[in-house]
Amino acid sequence: MNIVVCVKYVPDATADRHFESDDTVDRQGVDGLLSELDEYAVEQALQIKDQGDDVEVTVLTVGPEDATDAIRKSLQMGADKGVHVLDESIAGSDSIATSLVLAEAIKKLEYDLVACGMASTDGSMGVVPAMLAERLGVPGLTLGSEVELDGDTVRIRRDGDTATQTVEGTLPVVLSVTDQSGEARYPSFKGIMAAKKKPLETWSLSDLGVSAAQVGLSTAWSQVGATEARPPRTQGEVVTDEEGSGAARLTEFLASRKFI
Amino acid sequence: MSEILVLVDHVDGAVTKPTTELLTIARRLGDPSAVFIGDLEDTAVEALKRFGAEKIYVVDDSDFRDFLVAPKAEVMAHLVEKASPAAVLISSGGEGKEIAGRLAIKTASGLITDAVEVQRYDDEAPVCTQSVFAGNYTVQARVTQGTPIITVKPNSATPEQVDGAGTQEQVEVTISEGAKTARIIASEPRKSSGRPDLTEAAIVVAGGRGTGGNFEPVEDFADALGAAVGASRAVVDSGWYPHSFQIGQTGKTVSPQLYVAAGISGAIQHRAGMQTSKTIVAINKDEEAPLFELVDFGVVGDLHKVLPAATEEVKKRKG
Repeated sequence: MNIVVCVKYVPDATADRHFESDDTVDRQGVDGLLSELDEYAVEQALQIKDQGDDVEVTVLTVGPEDATDAIRKSLQMGADKGVHVLDESIAGSDSIATSLVLAEAIKKLEYDLVACGMASTDGSMGVVPAMLAERLGVPGLTLGSEVELDGDTVRIRRDGDTATQTVEGTLPVVLSVTDQSGEARYPSFKGIMAAKKKPLETWSLSDLGVSAAQVGLSTAWSQVGATEARPPRTQGEVVTDEEGSGAARLTEFLASRKFI
Repeated sequence: MSEILVLVDHVDGAVTKPTTELLTIARRLGDPSAVFIGDLEDTAVEALKRFGAEKIYVVDDSDFRDFLVAPKAEVMAHLVEKASPAAVLISSGGEGKEIAGRLAIKTASGLITDAVEVQRYDDEAPVCTQSVFAGNYTVQARVTQGTPIITVKPNSATPEQVDGAGTQEQVEVTISEGAKTARIIASEPRKSSGRPDLTEAAIVVAGGRGTGGNFEPVEDFADALGAAVGASRAVVDSGWYPHSFQIGQTGKTVSPQLYVAAGISGAIQHRAGMQTSKTIVAINKDEEAPLFELVDFGVVGDLHKVLPAATEEVKKRKG
């Protein structure tokens, strides 16, 4: 069984994230890492690998040179091999172009299961898994908070806005998992050493039969006109509760703002 | 004027508030046409008309209601082709964004998600405002190809009542077999807490690790204020409160008039879900809690003492 996990290399959410002069995300000037939400997808793939025979987990990323770090971390966790689609013309691609590149790479890899995180921690659109299911023409089992593989059937628990659903589909499928699906493992020392010897391939767009005109900032399907830092909030009054004074001051404040 | 398609979000036929917000936004851009997938009842027709729907496309889903997302995207693609709308508006949420993503691929159109404001831009694609990087930046973006497909966050507009003609049109769509592959085999409706919906509430009271798992003070204070209850991720991960109440990057984003955070330190992932609240109040034992940097008013103290006392005080003032 072949599992392809799509991962993204993102600017660290705890760092000072910002935009470049062309309104694209600065991916060089800020420390990057494997998107936390993709670790859950790697984990689910590894759990299937742990339980089954003959399961191979390939980690796929599209991104700048440093994005290799995201693959390496996944290999350290236990994935078997990595594929990095690296091509200058991809920079600035939106979700539509990114999903095209991913889908073509996935087709080339042969797959039974494609696993994704629920969203990236930078763009956080959360649409790429659905777009992949659409492009690949396979069942999209998205936003799974519990995943079960039963023969050829994948079953998920999906916590929707108004109901909790059980959804199933037959392999091959595209799966996306939430941060409720189970804590991701840390790389062990053995895992870190082993990762150094695992195969990591780099593909360009021409390897995938995608033309540069189909991707990148200049052909994006949507365009950012302006970015603006939100003015920092100014801290209001902070009081210390002494003998119940805190509650009284709090209600006074709420009443002064007409919340009571 | 061009049509603006609005995908109606409904719970067992009842039109949700975010849908009325979408209709209000649609009116700024053109003529709102509601797309209702399911069993349309008179109350829903009235609600859609009252918020300005000129047309209501009705699609019977008995053939595909047991399948996830993909069939609805096919319905929307069919209507985009039929009506050539100037834009498509869908409520942001797990399902809404997935429908939008698939629709963008199907119709070769640009997509903008999680808009917090949508403005008319002459007769071209509307300008959408998004709040990104945990709410630290605002971005203005427009779709440049195809039909603008825009998902809009709840609370992005105040619903306005304007009479719409609400002309109904039954639409027959044949859903492909390929769209009927992710089968919903069970569905358990979530129990209602009896409190306002988290994403729609004017006031939210949220509890964090500082509650120690005891949410009673948080719930009581919320009830006194008529507020919704929320929780931090630490609380949900500890199993103290259900995930559907989680506020933050991987939970709900809220932007109420008043946000009260009790025992929440305020990690970036949490701030991402509440930073755009109009007024922020925090109660925390730790005066170093980063959330205090954002507050309009803060109390350094034990929430288990401050909240019950404040609850009594609020009740007294309200009489």
